[in-house]
Amino acid sequence: MHELSIAQSVLAAVRAEAERRPGARVCKVGLRVGELAGLDPEALRFGFEVLVRGTELEALQLEIEHCPRRQRCPQCGNEFIARDYEITCPGCGAARTECMGGDELEIAYLEIEEEALKAENSSS
Amino acid sequence: MERVSVARKVLGENDRLAAELRARFREHGIFCLNLISSPGSGKTSLLEKTLEALPRAERVAVLTGDIQTDNDARRLARFGFPVQQITTGGACHLDARMVERALSEWRLADLDILFIENVGNLVCPTSYDLGEAVKVVVLSVTEGEDKPLKYPGIFAKAGLMVLNKIDLLPYVPFDIALARENARRVHPDVRIVEVSCTTGEGLDGWLGWLKEQREAARVAAAKQTG
Repeated sequence: MHELSIAQSVLAAVRAEAERRPGARVCKVGLRVGELAGLDPEALRFGFEVLVRGTELEALQLEIEHCPRRQRCPQCGNEFIARDYEITCPGCGAARTECMGGDELEIAYLEIEEEALKAENSSS
Repeated sequence: MERVSVARKVLGENDRLAAELRARFREHGIFCLNLISSPGSGKTSLLEKTLEALPRAERVAVLTGDIQTDNDARRLARFGFPVQQITTGGACHLDARMVERALSEWRLADLDILFIENVGNLVCPTSYDLGEAVKVVVLSVTEGEDKPLKYPGIFAKAGLMVLNKIDLLPYVPFDIALARENARRVHPDVRIVEVSCTTGEGLDGWLGWLKEQREAARVAAAKQTG
């Protein structure tokens, strides 16, 4: 159950990003979470909601993109998504393939409302 | 509305600290392992047997993590090697900051092997790099042989799987061949050793692996400075 501390790290990163853009409002944060990252998206969402409640980020939306395990075959160069632990190359049948991704835990993007910033600039 | 790409790791700060620790371990030729398992799989017992078997001249230290109590540190301190308990006060895993803070008590130049016993949990510790050279996952035969499939994250990342409590095999329905097969489905190159911390069976294989890894770390550090 470390989703709450992960949610905290996400919000810290969002706040750091918001500080770099004075007057802008971060509306949405997009996360990429791999299937090997060991995170439950629902628990993450719950932790997130609890943490933003009553703060300046209360309206912040969270989008979670699930990233499956991806493998690459060193024999034929084929790249494929491993389903149900099947990591044999579907192209050439090689049993040994390399893990290329699936443990992502990153902030992919932020959606930012610059209106607040513009309003501030025009009034000054 | 503007969408800006960030591509920032959520645990970027932890990863940065872990990379610093890893560089320090490498510089001092320290072999650092991060032991991860469910509660009760035998991480502390494995460490007890290991410390008991090592000559007193070995330059070994242990960091042991738990949510509460210093019971494990007390169990492990009996062997005369430096041991420190990290109590996380609720967190289900160790992070690089906790390790860094604990290490400020010791001179790294005095160590060859650093064992980090993580909090008993197969999920959360997987996400936090501690700067270790290798993650070791302990699975005991009183658990299910499908654990590698249920918790693929740790089994995919562990360099070694220790199958513990093999003395209990006659009394439990654990299919050891299937457990190996499941581990290799998730991680084809994982090394596997079978041990019993009660009878001592198989500990030679574990200690041999440890010696081999420590030697490799020493040689790598010598090359770096030489």
